[in-house]
Amino acid sequence: MNRHIIALAQINPALGDLERNLALHEKTAEEAISRGVGLLVFPELSLTGYFLKDIVSSVALPLTSPILGRLRDLSRRIDLVVGMVEESPDFLLYNAAIYLSMGEIQHVHRKVYLPTYGIFDEQRYLAEGGRIRTFRSRIGRSAILICEDMWHPSAACVASLDGMEILIAPSASPGRGGPEEGKTFTNASAWETINRAYAQLFTCYVLYANRVGYEDGACFWGGSELIAPSGESVAKAEYLSEQILVAEINSTEIRRARIVNPLLRDERLDVTLRELERIRREGTR
Amino acid sequence: MIGLSLNCKFIQKILTGFIVNEVQKAGFSRVVVGLSGGVDSALSAYLGAEAMGAENVYALLMPYRTSSPESREHAELVVKQLHIQSDIIDITPMVDAYFERFPESDHVRRGNKMARERMTILFDHSAKLKALVLGTSNKTELLLGYGTLYGDMASAINPLGDLYKTQIRQLARHMGIPEVIVGKAPSGDLWVGQTDEAELGFTYEEVDRVLYLMVDRRCEIPELIAAGFDERFIRAVLAKVQASQYKRRPPLIAKISARTIDRDFRYPRDWGK
Repeated sequence: MNRHIIALAQINPALGDLERNLALHEKTAEEAISRGVGLLVFPELSLTGYFLKDIVSSVALPLTSPILGRLRDLSRRIDLVVGMVEESPDFLLYNAAIYLSMGEIQHVHRKVYLPTYGIFDEQRYLAEGGRIRTFRSRIGRSAILICEDMWHPSAACVASLDGMEILIAPSASPGRGGPEEGKTFTNASAWETINRAYAQLFTCYVLYANRVGYEDGACFWGGSELIAPSGESVAKAEYLSEQILVAEINSTEIRRARIVNPLLRDERLDVTLRELERIRREGTR
Repeated sequence: MIGLSLNCKFIQKILTGFIVNEVQKAGFSRVVVGLSGGVDSALSAYLGAEAMGAENVYALLMPYRTSSPESREHAELVVKQLHIQSDIIDITPMVDAYFERFPESDHVRRGNKMARERMTILFDHSAKLKALVLGTSNKTELLLGYGTLYGDMASAINPLGDLYKTQIRQLARHMGIPEVIVGKAPSGDLWVGQTDEAELGFTYEEVDRVLYLMVDRRCEIPELIAAGFDERFIRAVLAKVQASQYKRRPPLIAKISARTIDRDFRYPRDWGK
């Protein structure tokens, strides 16, 4: 069985309202289940909203939280990727995405790159994640990178070398720049370039789930998309409106892409490591 | 590259979505806007009507005795085109009553007073009509400080503040605002024959290009000179932006406690919404 039905939940979470967002997750999951979906990917911080500022500590949840119990139960019927603020046992707060399946949290990714420039202020409120790991999910060897993580090719490269076949990218991207005549936001076009480039360069599926809605005047542009390992678009959601984007993926497409473009085979891990060590030793970074 | 051309269809959708969203989050379902007869307030009203429905937009025309009859005609044209409710409130009695005590006041003080008089009326109607005050200041005016603090710069939400004047015109034309309004010389209408551009000493076309490069593209002065702008002009624009910085920030609070509002007590405005 190589074919899987995936859905990207292009939703509009309420800022700082866990209960309302949990209900939205449940409703969205029910609809996805009724459409035969096996994996439903929510955007970054889908349980909490994005521009939280000092609300962060009020909506943070330990992984043992009963609130997550409701999502665990739901994951007996559908795999879920959910964005949340994770509170660690030592009270550090992370921008995290969790993969839930068969009633368990199967994988946690803590956002590694916290943007603190322009309209972003994440490092002020959150702790940095320190791991990029793949994990086996229902649809294949997967990695989660949250929003800004995707702007650092090293993150995707590490995941690729760790066996990534499916790149799950939840984001909360506010539109910035332009939009000039005939174009969308400058950063939306950049995202679309990145998604295609990664799919093709790392010969993996890219599942990009972006949110919509407004927070303090910032507009999340949506445009969630699913890109095949060939770099071709499989499905694309509308800009600016809520949508559950359902699409099918087929793991034989990964095989096909890797035979046509054996980039992963030709990766030189030893060269990369040696040069990275040298750069660190020489102290240029 | 100077990217002042707009994807109007896309922007229109974003701005109407913004209005609906932020009005509802504040717990309101209506908006009130002060119509001057100019393109900015006309555009705000058009966006408001599309976002909330014409029946939920209330326009106030607030002329002073020296205001030009043409301004009023143009404001009435907007009301008619949009089929929105409106009222005319002459601010002459209150403004004149005040200046009877200060007959020496110059046109700046008088203009500011009129702008603030209109603001208090708008906010009174905000309470009366349960309607949020829709802003009409554009990015050019905000950056140059060419507006009255707590006057025309005041509002509850402003859909226009990230669009330069030349972009306002593009969007206004796209939305079908009559050309008599879009095409006329921008004016504060404080005295007969006043135009913004004569008062500022440059045109919006010119200043928008330099502001776009300076602000949006973060060009330094030597780069702007290399791009063909006159250095005196660049420095004059920069001086206006710097001098008016205080107008774009909330009032300064003397910091005493462990958690000062806005400095380290930081919540989104949409907190809990």
